[in-house]
Amino acid sequence: MTSTLISSPHVPRVNRVDRVMLQVLLALVPGVLAMTWFFGWGVLVNVTLAVGFAVIAEALVLLLRRRPVLPALGDLSAVVTAVLFAISVPPTLPWWMTLLGMLFAIVLVKQLYGGLGYNPFNPAMAAYVFLLVSYPVAMTSWLAPELLSGIDLSFGDSLAMILHQVLPAGVDWDAVTAATPLDEMRTQLDEQLTIAEIRDQSALWGVFGGRGWEWVNAAFLLGGAYLLWRRTITWHIPVSMLAGLLSLATLFWLIDPQTHPFPAFHLFSGAAILGAFFIATDPVTATTTRRGQLIYGACIGATVFVIRTWGGYPDAVAFAVLLMNIAAPTIDYYTQPRVFGHGRERAR
Amino acid sequence: MAKDQGYLPLVTEGLWHNNQALVALLGLCPLLATTTSATNGLGMGLATTAVLVLSNVTISLIRNLVRPEVRLPVFVLVIASFVTAVELTIQAHFYELYLVLGLFIPLIVTNCAIIGRAEAFASKNRVDRALVDGLAMGVGFTLVLMALGALRELAGQGTLFYQAHLLLGEAARGLTMTLGDDFQGALIAILPPGAFIGLGLLIALKNLIDKWASLFARWRARHTAPAAAEPSLG
Repeated sequence: MTSTLISSPHVPRVNRVDRVMLQVLLALVPGVLAMTWFFGWGVLVNVTLAVGFAVIAEALVLLLRRRPVLPALGDLSAVVTAVLFAISVPPTLPWWMTLLGMLFAIVLVKQLYGGLGYNPFNPAMAAYVFLLVSYPVAMTSWLAPELLSGIDLSFGDSLAMILHQVLPAGVDWDAVTAATPLDEMRTQLDEQLTIAEIRDQSALWGVFGGRGWEWVNAAFLLGGAYLLWRRTITWHIPVSMLAGLLSLATLFWLIDPQTHPFPAFHLFSGAAILGAFFIATDPVTATTTRRGQLIYGACIGATVFVIRTWGGYPDAVAFAVLLMNIAAPTIDYYTQPRVFGHGRERAR
Repeated sequence: MAKDQGYLPLVTEGLWHNNQALVALLGLCPLLATTTSATNGLGMGLATTAVLVLSNVTISLIRNLVRPEVRLPVFVLVIASFVTAVELTIQAHFYELYLVLGLFIPLIVTNCAIIGRAEAFASKNRVDRALVDGLAMGVGFTLVLMALGALRELAGQGTLFYQAHLLLGEAARGLTMTLGDDFQGALIAILPPGAFIGLGLLIALKNLIDKWASLFARWRARHTAPAAAEPSLG
């Protein structure tokens, strides 16, 4: 009987990029399924299209840069970018906008800066903002949850909508689209209605968030819990981001509950949960020190609340994440932990 | 650079190797702000070129009269006078273009490219050379402004030389091109981020062309050198 001698360090598992990305993709499954349940096949069509475009774009750029193609594709980072992008955009988005978004994300935001690990901005969110600024109408016309519109769009209908922008006979856009809960809340508040009135007159509200949206967000929360359990992400960024958002929301809700929605609404109506667990935690663009992650997350949460309440757009996760992406290196610089054995006078 | 090399080096410097917008990255404020369309870029570029030529010539003329201690205020005064003249001219003859370019025409005073040429070139060189330098630098700047404006206009609006008649007269109406009515432009190209992205792409393009040119030159040198060497052997 022979025994092999292995020297230290005894690391049980190699932390490879593709494993991390695979965990993220697995954790996204419940959320994507919930979105498909509430918003129809368009979600899955968008995910498929985006993944295809992203992989092709990445392969082409890698060929142009004369870099090995297969290892870079195999790390699945382009796939994660594509899926995050596809679930952020409306399920009716014309296919060529998805193509534009993926080209922007992969070519300009990721590869021109040097590829995975070098991009200062989150590619999926940069592409989302690029489209939101460029095509505001297409990017804000969301499908109504199916249980609200009562119209069941088949797979073929969704495909026709995305490829040719045509709806099945007898259905018009107003019947299938609806304002998102955040959008609705914002417009109604602008018209001087109180929260109680808004909740009474609109069918968009569910138990603790927007109808449909609350369960989508609960599914993303489940996926986030899975990521925490697998230790793919640490608790610092999600918890501090949600805490930043919730503390401001609670404060203003306590001051005036008739003009500021209750805190759970902020969590379960937009992209807050998705952003906290899947987007803000992107290891490339987030801060790396523990203290820095707490600051980074809290600032994202606070920015989300500020933009939602006083800004020009209904939701703000993408803007908040991009803004803090720029600040991440500075935060890291000022929160470097003290090296053991060295004095306090560092980083002057 | 030696003093009397002819005008050609000045021209290539201004148009390409030391292009104020693509290489020196000077005058970015008007470059980024006014290039929302090819017409605006052309108008702004022409105005800047006029100021640049006039100020270069004037500063070269007075270069021996001005004491070095006060040269910068004098340069700014000269430039400001010409900017005011150009602004009034545009206001008088191209009023609608004046409304579009608006605040940015007076801001030509603070265009670093102009005071940069005054300080680095005109105050040290003869009048004729200062004139050529101002013209070359100005045309180089104008070309970049027009290229960036065309790029942003095409991507954002699907047109080219929209409203060109404001600048070039009624005959230029036919210059306007469109990509079709159902073209949905990316609005971001017209907004400020589009200017930064577009300028970045133009700089990348210039660097790429330079790289190809040097590769080509090396290739040609390798293939022509033996041929050139043979006659000397015989």
